[in-house]
Amino acid sequence: MGAGHAHVLYRESTSPVHRLPPEVKIAAMVLFTLAVVATPRAAFWAFGGYALLVAVVAGLARVGPGWLLSRAAIELPFVLFAFALPFLGAGERVDVAGLSLSVDGLLGGWNIIAKGTLGVLASLLLAATTTTRDLIVGLDRLRCPQILTQIATFMLRYLDVLVGEARRMRVARVSRGDDPRFLWQLRGFAAGVGALFLRAFERGERVYLAMVSRGYSGRMPAVWQGAGAATAGQWLVGAAVPLVAATIAATAVALT
Amino acid sequence: METLAMHISNGIVNGPVAAVFAAFALAVLTLCVLRGRRDLDDRLAPMAGLVAAFIFAVQMLNFPIFTAGVSGHLLGGALAALLVGPWVGALCVAVVLVVQALVFGDGGVAMLGLNITNMAVLGTAVGYLLIALLLRVLPRTPVGLAVTAFVSALVSVVVASQGFVLQYWLGGTTDLGGNLAGLAGTMAGAHLLIGIGEGLITATTVVTVAKVRPDLVYALRALKPAAPAPVVPVAGGAR
Repeated sequence: MGAGHAHVLYRESTSPVHRLPPEVKIAAMVLFTLAVVATPRAAFWAFGGYALLVAVVAGLARVGPGWLLSRAAIELPFVLFAFALPFLGAGERVDVAGLSLSVDGLLGGWNIIAKGTLGVLASLLLAATTTTRDLIVGLDRLRCPQILTQIATFMLRYLDVLVGEARRMRVARVSRGDDPRFLWQLRGFAAGVGALFLRAFERGERVYLAMVSRGYSGRMPAVWQGAGAATAGQWLVGAAVPLVAATIAATAVALT
Repeated sequence: METLAMHISNGIVNGPVAAVFAAFALAVLTLCVLRGRRDLDDRLAPMAGLVAAFIFAVQMLNFPIFTAGVSGHLLGGALAALLVGPWVGALCVAVVLVVQALVFGDGGVAMLGLNITNMAVLGTAVGYLLIALLLRVLPRTPVGLAVTAFVSALVSVVVASQGFVLQYWLGGTTDLGGNLAGLAGTMAGAHLLIGIGEGLITATTVVTVAKVRPDLVYALRALKPAAPAPVVPVAGGAR
């Protein structure tokens, strides 16, 4: 339980990207994504530029391409959708290797794959370089309403509680002679889901009351202590990525 | 467990439509923050966190819809509305979506407005309206509560899936021609099945919680004190 301060995607390191304050990274990532989405889909070179930018940041953060690409598999369902588009799309058609494909559908598919992949890679880089706690602190410093950061804090905290309780209940079932395999596991799970929720809540409530009795009032100590907030210099460093992306996007818009 | 959850990713719907829905989602969430602050007391704060964590875990269960290459998953809007109320409930789902987009790359950051509109706003609003209605009509028994939970979860999932169809019709980046009706049908059909699963999970969870700790179920709490009290604020964004 003690190791619950990072999440599965976090990569322990002390790279320059890891050391940037979280609010800078979040802002840079969101602005980068917006620039990518605003780019006209036919400006193919622009997407190459974005990919290069992502690669440079990944290099600085010492995150390997293998790690990034295997985690990007989350995008697969929409890639399938993208591959279906050339066949479903309307309008002008071209013949490629004997298949009649919609031009609009081809461009649309490319659009989804390119923009989707870049977005996924950007958020994976954020996840790889930022702990859960820092993420919340960053959101709070970006003036996110306290009720939201509070829900997010508890959500991330209770995920581990839920997983732990589910594991304990499974062990209890198995040790009483249940033999969960593949689909039959679902039945046991479905029957126990209400109990799981209650057990997790009561454990979570205890955690919450323990926090309140130690002075928790809705914000993480790291926030109101104010230490480690981004300096102007760090904001400038972080702004480099969205600035380059915005330049590429503006050029692409101007050219098409 | 497969960890392939997927919301609308970048580039599926064009920029202007995404921006309009982002503004809409922001306005509704602001309202939810203002109204939700009143609800969030010492009992609801950990509950809200747990509901969000539960939804987060449940959304990881993903069902591919093969024919259209789109996938569907459980949403949790009705569960949130039942346990923490419409305002905090919508915020819980929204927080789940924001964290998924920021950290897991699940759903494009630029498409957050669309995803929040469908799942947090539409899903929770429709769920809560049905809950408020059904809880008054049906008998106050565990069976009545179970039916309420099942129906509201089922309908809210299907309505949320049609939200995507509406958005794709308004601003899909690729013209599907006459296939839009096909997309609507596929989404509705698949989400009907998902909705049944979601309804069962919601019903079992809520009935168990209501049996042991009825004070934790927001929907029941709101109904108990006085019948004439206006307990049905129209949930934000219902259209």
